[in-house]
Amino acid sequence: MHAPAVGLTFEVMLDVKNLEFNYDGAVEANSTLSFPDFSLARGQEKLLLGASGTGKTTLLHLIAGMLTPDVGRVMLAGEDFGAMQGAARDRFRGRHIGIVFQQAHFVQSLTVLENLQLPGLLTGETVDLAEAEALLVELGLAHKVHSAVSALSMGEQQRVSIARAVVHKPGLILADEPTSALDDGNAEAVIDLLRRQAAKAGSALLIVTHDNRLKERFDARVELVAPEKTAAK
Amino acid sequence: MNLVSIARRNVFHRPLSTGLSVLLLAFGVGMISILLLVQRQLAEDFDRNINDIDMVLGAKGSPLQLILANVYHVDVPTGNISLPEAQQVVAHPFVESGIPLAYGDNYRMYRIVGTEWTYPEHYACVLAEGERWGATFEVVLGAAVAKTAGMVVGDTFFSAHGLADETDVHDDKTFVVVGILERSGSVIDQLILTSIETVWAVHAHEGDIVDPADREITAMLLKKRNPLAILTLPNLLKDSNMQIALPSIELNRLTQQFGIGIQTIRAIALLIMVLSFVSVFIALFNSLRDRRYELALMRTMGGTPRALFTLVVTEGLWMTCMGIITGLILSRIGIAVLSSVVADQFHYDWSQMGAAPGEGLLVALAFLVGLLAAAIPARSVLKMDISRTLGAGR
Repeated sequence: MHAPAVGLTFEVMLDVKNLEFNYDGAVEANSTLSFPDFSLARGQEKLLLGASGTGKTTLLHLIAGMLTPDVGRVMLAGEDFGAMQGAARDRFRGRHIGIVFQQAHFVQSLTVLENLQLPGLLTGETVDLAEAEALLVELGLAHKVHSAVSALSMGEQQRVSIARAVVHKPGLILADEPTSALDDGNAEAVIDLLRRQAAKAGSALLIVTHDNRLKERFDARVELVAPEKTAAK
Repeated sequence: MNLVSIARRNVFHRPLSTGLSVLLLAFGVGMISILLLVQRQLAEDFDRNINDIDMVLGAKGSPLQLILANVYHVDVPTGNISLPEAQQVVAHPFVESGIPLAYGDNYRMYRIVGTEWTYPEHYACVLAEGERWGATFEVVLGAAVAKTAGMVVGDTFFSAHGLADETDVHDDKTFVVVGILERSGSVIDQLILTSIETVWAVHAHEGDIVDPADREITAMLLKKRNPLAILTLPNLLKDSNMQIALPSIELNRLTQQFGIGIQTIRAIALLIMVLSFVSVFIALFNSLRDRRYELALMRTMGGTPRALFTLVVTEGLWMTCMGIITGLILSRIGIAVLSSVVADQFHYDWSQMGAAPGEGLLVALAFLVGLLAAAIPARSVLKMDISRTLGAGR
């Protein structure tokens, strides 16, 4: 079972157990990826580390319900998320997970503020416009609220995508290599922002990275190694 | 904000490709719509003027010419016929009634037609002012004649011999306007009506006494009592200088002639419409390829495949609807321009801007095919593998 963090009991947000995944069409017998068990409580943060080819992105997609595990279970907010199908899975994902991708992408025809309305709109929840706008102000984007997303700089894009991941207060925030394209200063700023916003929203935060600059900044880590020799820390 | 408004934003975000699709569709729909409007107008004009005239009795010659000359007053007559002989035909038991027409003069190119009061009555024309013609040289003007010539009751004028020019003026015979008819939308609007005696009098010389048996008219409009009249009468007239022409048959022949032109335009319009749907298809197909990542992103934010499918189809419908509406507006503008250019020959009625029969079907058809053109590329959204799409984005 998941190990509670030292001295405190947390509400478990994410629990990953016995996960195995095999890409269809893989030829090698040992191409099956198996992942270490771990869990993440509300308000907790963890780093998912691993070199290229260890299946970091695969694990992230499994957790986000974008891939279906062959073996094992992904529990999210107390429900068997990994077993959900179709539209129910899409809606559950939208409601409980916010994702920051390595490269920020937006619906190009919409303004910055309208892009922040999307998560609420797509899950059928009411969107608090004032709150979304306050979030943008807090991230130093007050002057870009009604701008086209194409008018944003790289740094601004990453900040808006963080805002979009937290605006609907999901239980779990997944960040996929959020710093790999940034220099030291910007990487630090983005990580700080992520941690602060996740804490504020009361979300669990899982950052997938191979960026060693982040290692010493996080105590809790899951490390992926080459296939069939995975270990949890 | 909702899916429909996001779809609108996406469509307007690509003004060039959207514009091309909308323009093509607008031209296709517009051309077919113009054809439908013109066809309706022509059909109504033809029908209104035939209006229960079953047969036209006139001098031998081209039956089409006989119809055009005596029903529509756009061609010269085939010749004269004897009034007593024509009256014998009217007296035939298969014939219910006949309206005599005699003409040969014009005033400012408007035909002066000698007839009986049953002629304007046949087209449900009533007097707007003044009274019916009585004495010789009293005339009643059609609405368009009075308006264009600017004449009122009490005005006088001289006629010119012939139907097409005003060189040979009978300046010894003065016509008096005694009445003006209300607008009827029929050929009567373009005519100057008077008694047959007036037409005879214009061409009689001082002191001439014409034997009633030698009286001539131009044509007789007949209404049949028995359908057999159509078969029987031509036989009876075999040895005379008269013939019977059927307006419906001659007009069918005529419309078949210029029907080829209409069919060509229709084929071109349909081709443009097909192209426009291909254009909607390609526009969406390309935009979906460019937006794969964007759409996958919407899935991760909770968008179900069905919601995204709806979004893309709605984008196609936005383009389709804009194209259809633009097309219908274009066709109305086209008709307005057309009718002002050929105002004299083609009196387009402004009340005719409403939907023509067939336009509802045109809109429904365009909408359905637009739906199809959008649904086919949109299906790829249903099958999208978001993990692979997002993984490939790096």
